[in-house]
Amino acid sequence: MSVEPFLNRALILERFGETIEDLGTAHGIDVFVVPPEKIVEFCRFLKDQPEFRFNFLSDICGVDHYPGTPRFEAVYHLYSLPNRCRVRIKCRLGDPPEVPSVTGVWRTANWHEREAWDMYGIRFTGHPDLRRIYMWEGFEGFPQRKDFPLKGYKDKLNPFGAEGPPPTQPDLATRDIP
Amino acid sequence: MTEVTELTRPEGEALNSKEVLLNLGPQHPSTHGVLRLVLQLDGEYVERVDPHIGYLHRGTEKLAESFTYTQIFPLTDRLDYLCPPSNNLAFAIAVEKLLGIEAPIRAQYIRVMMAELARISGHLLITGALPMDLGAMTALLYVMREREMIMDLLEMVTGARMHTSFCRVGGIREDLPDGFFPKIREFCDIFPNRIRDYERLLEDNRVFLKRTQGIGVLSAEDAIDLGLSGPNLRASGVDWDIRRDEPYEIYDRLDFNVITRNEGDCYARWRCRVDEMRESMRIIEQCIEQMPEGPFQVDMPTIAFPVDKERVHCSMEALIQHFDLSAYGFSVPKGEVYSAIEAPKGELGFYIISDGSPKPFRMKVRAPSFVNLQAVFGVTNARYLADMIAVLGSLDPVMAEVDK
Repeated sequence: MSVEPFLNRALILERFGETIEDLGTAHGIDVFVVPPEKIVEFCRFLKDQPEFRFNFLSDICGVDHYPGTPRFEAVYHLYSLPNRCRVRIKCRLGDPPEVPSVTGVWRTANWHEREAWDMYGIRFTGHPDLRRIYMWEGFEGFPQRKDFPLKGYKDKLNPFGAEGPPPTQPDLATRDIP
Repeated sequence: MTEVTELTRPEGEALNSKEVLLNLGPQHPSTHGVLRLVLQLDGEYVERVDPHIGYLHRGTEKLAESFTYTQIFPLTDRLDYLCPPSNNLAFAIAVEKLLGIEAPIRAQYIRVMMAELARISGHLLITGALPMDLGAMTALLYVMREREMIMDLLEMVTGARMHTSFCRVGGIREDLPDGFFPKIREFCDIFPNRIRDYERLLEDNRVFLKRTQGIGVLSAEDAIDLGLSGPNLRASGVDWDIRRDEPYEIYDRLDFNVITRNEGDCYARWRCRVDEMRESMRIIEQCIEQMPEGPFQVDMPTIAFPVDKERVHCSMEALIQHFDLSAYGFSVPKGEVYSAIEAPKGELGFYIISDGSPKPFRMKVRAPSFVNLQAVFGVTNARYLADMIAVLGSLDPVMAEVDK
């Protein structure tokens, strides 16, 4: 059973007008495309607006559309506990991908954003602690990108990996504790 | 007579102390898997905690992009390995939404019944493991006895004790075997008294209560802000259960209560799970009562395997169908879906983007344990190192699911 579409689109479009794109409803969830520079404002609006109150961030994930453009996407899934409905927000990002962090809106965004950074190299500006989360520090490349081989690159620990040099991307967010 | 020398400290000089960094894990019995917590300690007080995860990272999402939809079921088993039927169910529902189909009613009843058995099995472990972390070993040995009964039931239906790979897109793999109902009725008769036994073991145990009550308190606001879900969130007084609020499968036909507690401490989280097992028992009993007859797989040769395997040996069409599905899988229409279910640990969501091919373009798993583990940043009243163990145990993270 799908959730009834609930969102008052007029209210959103009135506030953000031309800057956002309304993709309609897909399998019971309303979808909006928001430019990266508006994402924090849009999230805060959805969270604080008394009519929506999307206070629960379900998930943030990265998507790689290689070789299409714009190559990357950050997808946010929000849930409203008072109104029992969901919404999906998409941010289309170029290469290198960069989007403001929403950790200031929901604390739970912290690890979701670290995961997207680790797997796709999406840089969340303003994130308090953007380190790799699954891969070890010093790992090169972003493993879930479509151009990263499934078996990884060949080296002395991975004799079955793909030939070719690993991509050299500066991992700017290596910071050890404390 | 020995002379006692009194150790004195010169006036005005502070006690020589420095902060200690302690590695808890990755191999430690109370981290329930390979979790490493880097703790900054001041004496016995925890000043800062930094969880390091990823020791079990298998790249489930990346692997899924190169598998057909049917091949992904075994991957989902390995997320929360204590309750694989729930994970299978979550994935099956997501793909079915993309295809625009629904499983037959009988299949839905069986899936729900298995998912609730899995919930009991998952909650049973934490019922025993949290007291064990705090020094009360006995309960764990008893819960294993009941878990074994559930394992037997799972084995009977699916052929496997742990990695069941039980659901299929559009139904389930096989119908219930003969002799299943007497066996599960026997379990239904025995189990409620056993829950009472665990309670009698633990709820008046002063040490257990002292170590859990008022420890690791999470307010409702904090819990929502940190993204907690499932029993962890309900223990903080938030009345939200996906089974009731966004009913999937046949949950809207069943009568059950959503357990909430207001304290938000370790004991409330433990207590919530114990009470949820009772509700799961009620759901299972209703499923047995209402279990309809009928097919257990959709009648769509392009999606479902032939029901009668014997036909594959004597019918050309069935052979082609079987070969086609095994070798190439089935195509799923272009689109994207996010579908979440109430897994034992919380909201288990699958976000699937399909590009129209037999393999998903992107599959994201919203793993509840991954998010729940972040609560270690939000707990209050857990200043001592020993309290950290209680908090970890009560949050019940399964590391296989955290690391995906």
